[in-house]
Parts: sequence; structure tokens; C-alpha cells
Amino acid sequence: MALDRWIALAFIAFCCVYGYAAFFTMDQSLPPILRRNPIWPSTFPKILAVLGIIVGLVVLFTPTLPKDGAKPKDGAIDLTRLGDYHVGQALTLLALMVVYALTLRPLGFLGSTVGFLVIGALILGERKLHVLIPVAIIAAGSIWYLVQEVLGIFLRPLPGVWS
Amino acid sequence: MLEGLMLGLTAAVTPFNLMMVVAGCVIGTLIGMLPGLGPMSIIAIMIPVAIGMGDPTAALILLSGVYYGAIFGGSTSSILLNAPGVAGTVASAFDGYPMARKGQAGKALTIAAIASFAGGTIGAILLMIFAPALSSVALLFHSAEYFALMVVGLSAIAAFAGTGQVAKALMMTLLGLILGTFGEGALSNTPRFTFGMMELQAGFSFITLAMAMFALPEALFLVMNPSRATQGDSGKIDNMRITRAEARSIAPVIGRQSLQGFFIGVLPGAGATIASFLGYAVERNLATKEEQAEFGHGSIKGLAAPETANNAACTGSFVPLLTLGIPGSGTTAILLGALLALNVTPGPRLMIDEPDVFWAVIISMYIGNLVLLILNLPLIPYIAKILTIPRTYLIPFILFFTLMGSYLGQNNATELLILVGFGVVATILRFADYPLAPLLIGFILGTMLENNFARAMQLYRGFDFIWERPMTLGLLVLAAALVFLPSYRSFRARKRAEGVADGD
Repeated sequence: MALDRWIALAFIAFCCVYGYAAFFTMDQSLPPILRRNPIWPSTFPKILAVLGIIVGLVVLFTPTLPKDGAKPKDGAIDLTRLGDYHVGQALTLLALMVVYALTLRPLGFLGSTVGFLVIGALILGERKLHVLIPVAIIAAGSIWYLVQEVLGIFLRPLPGVWS
Repeated sequence: MLEGLMLGLTAAVTPFNLMMVVAGCVIGTLIGMLPGLGPMSIIAIMIPVAIGMGDPTAALILLSGVYYGAIFGGSTSSILLNAPGVAGTVASAFDGYPMARKGQAGKALTIAAIASFAGGTIGAILLMIFAPALSSVALLFHSAEYFALMVVGLSAIAAFAGTGQVAKALMMTLLGLILGTFGEGALSNTPRFTFGMMELQAGFSFITLAMAMFALPEALFLVMNPSRATQGDSGKIDNMRITRAEARSIAPVIGRQSLQGFFIGVLPGAGATIASFLGYAVERNLATKEEQAEFGHGSIKGLAAPETANNAACTGSFVPLLTLGIPGSGTTAILLGALLALNVTPGPRLMIDEPDVFWAVIISMYIGNLVLLILNLPLIPYIAKILTIPRTYLIPFILFFTLMGSYLGQNNATELLILVGFGVVATILRFADYPLAPLLIGFILGTMLENNFARAMQLYRGFDFIWERPMTLGLLVLAAALVFLPSYRSFRARKRAEGVADGD
């Protein structure tokens, strides 16, 4: 089964769970006065769940068009050759983003951002640290200045202990 | 009208005010380029400055400069990085980004600047002519019609999907609508699908979803397949001239979309987002077969249409604000707040009580658009140079800006984890050739759709509003036609592929 059908199947499963929540669990906590309304918080989700299952089934069972003269899109990823791509780098970068999310508060904006930019570039193969580190520091510093000092949106610059 | 125009000119054209326009445009463009800071937040930030000036005319001129600058800045990040920071510029990325990847970044930005200028200017002329009359039309639209209008907007996704893709596009739209229901329920504001998490109480944020659907998968694809970055010869930026033939082909698009965008913008609540999507859809359907194939792969028409429409709609959204005192969009709502703080009450009496403010706003729109064009055209080669930065630097920065974009909106680190999660899902969906734009459109329109649906249901105690309001029924029929026509066409194509001739 092709990947798009697996996704359709997963979508149908998701809609079933969503629909179950909308049909059977959501209305229990509804105050009696709201029950007199023609529309409940669960009405719209119920409609969506039903429509979602129908459309999901259509995608699942529609025969695919025979691709005449398959047109390779420029730069598209061919799933059958997934091993040829830098999947490892992409996954490491995703992990780095998660680490950034977790360290943003404890480490402060400046530290975590400089770390993110430097490590991100290192993962991608950049080795000129004497250029990279100043660029990262200047970028992080100027963005912090713009956001906090000019725009007035609070961003803790340093670890919580110092500021 | 001429008298009013002169009044506006004398009020608006002073050295100080001109300086304000220039300052507003520059600030707006620079900040608007950062994904996550749309016109709404930038105007909100500038309000203290504007109110501090004390003079309503100068304040409005500054704010409208910021407004137009921010919209153009948003288009820039949409086109260059595929990172639309505002809902209204999502459609600009559909064709703008492919153009940039083909090495036509300069041309794409030039088209965006000219289309925005034309849309804004024509919109301002229309505003001048129609403002008094249109205020009564806007009142004809009730919740039921808004609901139907949004269903039409969602059905326009049929235009984004190629043959045989309609079901997939619909599935993504529904997923978007479903994601939009997380958070608080319509009317009652009871929490729903929050799993007891405080962070989900407000629902998912639009910026997070936009970043996860467009910028993040794109950056990951660039990482996985480095040849993708080098394919577009981004060195040739000086190629920003538009040929005569291209100008001739986009001129009618700009004309049509200025009108259509303006009139959609007049309807409160519809605004620039719907205008840009509908504009894209309409132009795609009007284009010839060969041009249609180019849509989504760097068509200049596909870029000019949403750019013109969203600017015209932004201008149109001033009609209900100035004539009825009803803000039609988030941005005009903030402007309304600023006006009230400056002791100007927009409404039917504004044109009588304070004609100089009314006309100064209109004149400031012309000036804002003109200054923006003059400022930005020479800057385009430099802005487009962003793409020549080596990928080892560019990719961490794109990822960083997506993170910042969603963090600034909510000031909440959980949002970043949600961003990464959605980014992974979006990448898998892109692998399987699912269109992601419908998901985002569904999400954006979902809340408005449900609110209007809920209101119509309450007013008519059930589904009767569909039969009792002819305009609603008409719009819903149109929406059904939009969905089923392409499906029917693909059904026929399949039959033909199986060897069954037409008419059998």
C-alpha cells in the first residue's frame, strides 16, 4: 500500500477517535441551560468527524490515475531512494530544535540561540568556527535587542540565575 | 469629492507627515519580514508612538505606512523563504517561492511590489468612490451568508488541487478544520479537546501551524536533498526586469483582482486572507490550459493575483471601519482602538464631523503605496541576496526564525514542541504528495466558519437558515459545484484512461 493510503487510514482512525470524543464524551459536562441551544460545542466537531471519515474512505479507495510520462518534480524526494538523502542530518536538526525549545527558558535567549545556530551549522558541515561564532553572536544579540528593547516583547537574555 | 480630496491633500502633505509615511514604510517592511510579526502586531506595537503624536492625521499616516510596509515585508519572507508570517500572504508563497527557487527572486519581488502598489492604489480610488454606498451592502451580509461565503472559500481549494487530487485536498481541509476546533468551543467558550492542558486552551496558534506547514518541511527538504538548493540558480538576481509580454499578461489579472479583492475586503470578517485565496483560485480557473499547468510552479499570474487582491482587500476593509465604525479585520480593529484614543469616532458621522480625517486617511493610502514602491524597488536586489547566503548558514537561520516566529506569538516554549511535532507530520504529508495549503486555509477559516455557523443556527433555531436566505443557498450551491466539478472531471479522465470513450 502506498504511503498516501496509509495516511488516509491513519486519518480515518484519527477521525474515529475525534468523533468518539465529540459524540460520547464531550456533552457530559455541558450545563443543562446550554443543552437547550440548537448548537452545542460538539455539533461542529460531530459534522467534521463524519465528513472526515467519508473523505478519508474516498481517498483510501479511489484508484490512482496511471501516471503517464511520470513528471519528476525538480528537487523532489524519491521515497524509494530514501537512503541516499541526508535523513540523519534532518533528524539531528529536529532533535536540536527540541533541545532549543527545552533550553530556551533555563539557558536564556542569548546562550541557547548562539548554541542552536553554531551547532546547527556544524551539523550541516560548516567548519569555519572563526566566522560562525561571531555571526551567531551578532545575530542573536541584534535580534534580542530588536525584540526586547525596540519592540518591548520580553525575552530573558541570560540564564535565570543572573537576570 | 474633489473638494474633499483637496482637503485631504492639504491635511496630509506636509513635510512632517511625509517623513512619517517614509518612517512607517521602512519600519513596517523591516519588521514585517520577520515571520511571526504580522501587520497586526506591528501596528499594535506602534500605537503608543502614534497616540503620543497627538495629531490624528499624522498618526493615521504613520500607521497606514506601517500597515502597507508590513504587508509587503510579509510577502518578502513568503516569496524568499516560503515562510508566510501572515495569513494574507500564504497564497503569495504558492507561486512566489517556486519563482525564487528558479532564480527569479528579483522578478518575483518586483511583481509583488507592483501588484501590491496597483491593488492598494486602485483600492484607494474605489474606497473614495464607493465608501458611502458600500456601507449599506456590507450590512446585507448576516452570519448565514458569512458561513456560506467561507464554505465557498474552502471549496476554492478545488482550484489548488490538480486532477485526481480533490479528495486529498478536501481531506487536508477537514484536518485543518478539525485542528481549528481544539481549544474553546464556539459561543459557549467551554474548553474542548484540550486534554486538560492549559497550553491548549487557546488552541493552536496560526503562526506555529503556518511555520510547521511551509517553512519547516521546506528547510528539512533542503537538508535532505542539497541539490535542491543549487538547482535554482539564485546567483542571477539582477534579472528583475519584467518583459513587455509579462506585463501585458498580468495587467488584466491586476485589474480584476483589484476589484474583486476590494469588494471582498469590504465585507467585515472576510478580509485579505479570503481575498487572496479566492483571487488565486479565480485566476487559475480563468487561465488557459498551458498557464494553468504553470500555477504552483512559478506562474507570474499566480503571484500577481493574491498580491493584488490582498492589498486591495486591506484597503476595502477600511470601508466598514470608516463608514460604520465596524472593524472588519484584526488590523482595522487595532486601528479603531487607535482612532478612539485620538478622539476620533469612526462611523456614519465621520464624513460629516471630521471630513479632514476621512480624506487624510485616503490620501495617506496613496502616499503610503507610492512611497513603498519608490523605497522598495531599488532595495529588491539587496533583499533577494538573502538567497545567496551559503546553506550551512541559511538553514539554521530559517529554522531559528520559524522557532522565533511561533515563540514570539505566544511566549510559550511548549509552542515550539508543537511546532516540531507538526513539522514532522507536515513533512510526511509532503512525502505522500498531500497538498498542505488547504490544511492551513481550513485552520484559518475554521474558527470564523464555526462562529458564523453557530450564530446562524441560534438565530434560526436550526438549519432553516439555509432555505430562508436565498443568498446563503446560492453560495452553498456554488461551493458544491466548485467541489464536484473537478471530481467529475477526474472521474471522466479516469474512465478515458480505462479506454471508455466520452459519451459511453
